[in-house]
Amino acid sequence: MSEMSHRSMRTPLGRVRGLGSAKEGTNHFWEQRLTAIALVPLSIWLAVSVAQVAGSGWQDVAAWLSQPLSGLAMILFLGVGFLHFKLGLQVVIEDYVHTEASKITLLILNTFVCVVLALAGIVSVLKLMFGG
Amino acid sequence: MASHNRPLSPHLQVYRWQITMALSILHRMTGVGLGFGLLLLTWWVVAAASGPDYFDLVHTVMTSWIGRLILLGFTWALFFHLCNGIRHLFWDAGSGFELPTMRKSGMFVVAASVVLTVIVFIIGYAAR
Repeated sequence: MSEMSHRSMRTPLGRVRGLGSAKEGTNHFWEQRLTAIALVPLSIWLAVSVAQVAGSGWQDVAAWLSQPLSGLAMILFLGVGFLHFKLGLQVVIEDYVHTEASKITLLILNTFVCVVLALAGIVSVLKLMFGG
Repeated sequence: MASHNRPLSPHLQVYRWQITMALSILHRMTGVGLGFGLLLLTWWVVAAASGPDYFDLVHTVMTSWIGRLILLGFTWALFFHLCNGIRHLFWDAGSGFELPTMRKSGMFVVAASVVLTVIVFIIGYAAR
């Protein structure tokens, strides 16, 4: 590879063109921190309130999730939590999977699974809140 | 691209384990593990929306002794990742990089995660 580039007729500028900054280099970093900060109060809320309601049967849990504040907090936790997890697992995949095809497949799967699960949870809370 | 006669840095296993590296890898492991925790939480919420019969099944699984043990594990993983995540946020702000501070904050994170887990389980059992 390095020998080839020595013999290449292309200029250094020509070789790197299109491979440079996509102007969103800090985007992933920033989103991960932003979701992390949001998850500090949300996680404490989740742990404390789920611990209180977890022993109860369906009626209590359904009633709890259909209350405006707890429903909203659960929707936020699921949305922000899955986004934070998606960003984190993306880095883990990029760090450890070096075969291009499997890496891209796993990155796509990561996004798809996280979106589907987050929406499944959020739709369920909305159903409890508005479905009567 | 990859040059074969380049010197390599020593690999992981020659290093003596230290709290800084242990907590670093633990942060990643709990992060990946908490993905399964999110899956479990989603299952519980979907079950609540699916009705009493299906919810009872999930409830039985989660309140079994093995279910409780798994929930204990996820609770600790959540608090460890949360506390160590706050430690990371301080580093992002540029503070706490001195070695003694890093060791101390690491020990504090481990202690805090255990204490918070115990508190949540006390809250859980007191609510029944």
